[in-house]
Amino acid sequence: MGILLLLVGSYMGLFVAPPERHMGEVQRIMYVHVPTAWVGLLCATLAMVFAVAYLWTSNSKWDDRLVGALEVSFLLGGLLLVQGMLWGRVTWGIWWTWDVRLTTSLIMFLLFAGILALRAFVEEPLRRATWSSVATIVAYVDVPLVYFCVKWFRSLHQVQSSPETVHSSMVVPLRVNSFAMLFIAIWLIAWRARVESKSRGEERPPTRRQVEGEGNV
Amino acid sequence: MSVLGQALAVARKDLLLGWRGRTRTLAVALFGMVTLVLFSFAVAADGEVGVSAAAGFLIVALLLSSILALEESFRLEAEDRAIEGLLLLPVDPVAIYYGKAVANTLLLVLLGPILLFLTAIFFSLQLDGANLAGLAVLWFLAAAGIAAPGTLYASMTSRLTGRDVILPLLLFPLTLPILMTGVRSFDLILRGDAMSQLKGWILLLTAFDLVYWILCGALFSRTLEE
Repeated sequence: MGILLLLVGSYMGLFVAPPERHMGEVQRIMYVHVPTAWVGLLCATLAMVFAVAYLWTSNSKWDDRLVGALEVSFLLGGLLLVQGMLWGRVTWGIWWTWDVRLTTSLIMFLLFAGILALRAFVEEPLRRATWSSVATIVAYVDVPLVYFCVKWFRSLHQVQSSPETVHSSMVVPLRVNSFAMLFIAIWLIAWRARVESKSRGEERPPTRRQVEGEGNV
Repeated sequence: MSVLGQALAVARKDLLLGWRGRTRTLAVALFGMVTLVLFSFAVAADGEVGVSAAAGFLIVALLLSSILALEESFRLEAEDRAIEGLLLLPVDPVAIYYGKAVANTLLLVLLGPILLFLTAIFFSLQLDGANLAGLAVLWFLAAAGIAAPGTLYASMTSRLTGRDVILPLLLFPLTLPILMTGVRSFDLILRGDAMSQLKGWILLLTAFDLVYWILCGALFSRTLEE
């Protein structure tokens, strides 16, 4: 359903919505760029919620969801940077500038990359779950600090539009694509959580019943 | 013994170990000095640009040296699983965290005079009593801001085989707010604060320090659980 909505939203964004007055056709990247940013931030928030839930309950199902949310945030963060750089090259004439949103997106991407690297180095499942939860909470709290800190430096990024300032033919594909991204992200997190749960099951030592069963054969 | 007393005892233990293994502690200072020398060769910055660049080089030298200092602070605990001995004592994990974070902050503060002296020579900084006092406060706040999350992460990564890679990967992006506020404040102290912005930046840096010290202190005990 997410992919179908993404196809519909992208078709509307590319062929139905009019080009923007100043930026022209390049503005159409907004129909994937803005949903990527929204859903990416939502996934990062979900990662924070899952991390707190894991530390609170010590239930490994929250760690399964945490790894899903971390990886999807990392993926969307990477996509966001690439889309932003493509748009910036055409609109601003440069691939990169130390603008508030660009810098915050990059730092968030690097923070989550660090947590995923930490997970890769920790072999013991309980320790891996606890440490990555702790690191996720610290990283998530750090993101607004980075945002406000860079904001104090002069920002180049344009002020975001709102549905009131944008024509409805532009709002509809944006909303359709946002829901599409959301559905795809939720599906990916659930799928990754299931894979993590199964792989953890394989890591677990065999139960007594399993060992006795093998002995009888 | 109160939690404060326990924290001070842990800090004293770490500082004593730092003193006894002073060759390693000196190596951290030497590393910071070498970093500064490399920066001054890598970026040919003179005059006003040089003063501005010096602020950045100082904080980055502190950040890079902190990795060695933080790794060192948990190396002894990880060796022969000494941390488990510490946990068997009736010591609150919160006291262990704050004791170690205080010791790490003080070790990083000690780097200040050495690195600042070198920077003043390399970049012809005009230092006097007034801006030295400001720089001392700022250095302490920057060191505290790095030591708080650094102590938390070093406690985790010290028990990993890839600790040399993971600690900077986790710590460097996280400490960007400290780097930015530190660099801007240093620049204002060294080049003059015509718009009275310094107070705001120092307050911001203090606020970041508080967030890190409270958050990391609250989460530390979970990283010790096996």
